[in-house]
Amino acid sequence: MTRVGVVVFPGSNCEYDAAAAVDAVGAHSEMVWHTATDVSGFDAIILPGGFAHGDYLRPGALARFSPVMEAVRDFADSGGPVLGICNGFQVLTEAGLLPGALQKNRGLTFLCQPSRVRVVTTDSVLTHQSFVGQELSIPINHFSGSYTCDDLTYQSMVEKDQIVLRYVENPNGSRDDIAGVCNENKNVVGLMPHPERSMSELLGSADGKILLSGFVAGTFARH
Amino acid sequence: MTFSIFVEVSLRPGIADPEGATIERALPALGFTGVNGVRSGKAFRFEVSAQTAEEAHAVGQSIADRLLSNPVIEQSIVRVEVAA
Repeated sequence: MTRVGVVVFPGSNCEYDAAAAVDAVGAHSEMVWHTATDVSGFDAIILPGGFAHGDYLRPGALARFSPVMEAVRDFADSGGPVLGICNGFQVLTEAGLLPGALQKNRGLTFLCQPSRVRVVTTDSVLTHQSFVGQELSIPINHFSGSYTCDDLTYQSMVEKDQIVLRYVENPNGSRDDIAGVCNENKNVVGLMPHPERSMSELLGSADGKILLSGFVAGTFARH
Repeated sequence: MTFSIFVEVSLRPGIADPEGATIERALPALGFTGVNGVRSGKAFRFEVSAQTAEEAHAVGQSIADRLLSNPVIEQSIVRVEVAA
């Protein structure tokens, strides 16, 4: 069974949702405290949402120095699947594992609402079981979710097919409606929407299963 | 010697600054007309023990680059004064 490590920073608050979602798609989740120095025993790693280290300074700015992040970097460098959700996405950009940055929402409003995203590429550990153009209903819950990067980075991301998801209606001012991106090797993905919160029709949407079942499947060809 | 370091972190030119834009829009309501180009930022003060001001500046710059700012979207200015 696929073992998925869910990293817990002081201030994380979506780790149990993420773990339950992972278990619901047939994998086995385990919590990993942020002081861990080795995650090589896992098949995949999730950095969940929340407010790691209080989001002091900037979201993710302090979390990137937690000991576990060196281990996550090694894991990612060796091709291991890494997923950052919301605050986890912010941590991955601060750590330099993903390009760009997340800044305060346009309009300075905390957004907690359903959102629709469109799959831009299926060449990533998160989207390889979806199809290009597929629309998914996945909620957002963030204050700093406006994706930004310089023109050079943007051009490179387009050329290398690193834009994974776009909002159907841009809620936060993200550049080019970007909701999720991946690294050049497609094994590290970050997104602001919360797939772990869209796991049941009863709660509005089960579209998160499409993404997370793919993420834990382990069938994505590692580069 | 002990040096006082002042670091100002702000968004790079061209990066959207919703906080600065909101402040700018609020100013006419207070009677401040003709105010443009408001940019928001953060400031940090700390003290560094070093032999020279140059050395203290280098320490402050390193802290600003590695922790206080995100170079992807932010820039920083470091100033050094001899502590009183």
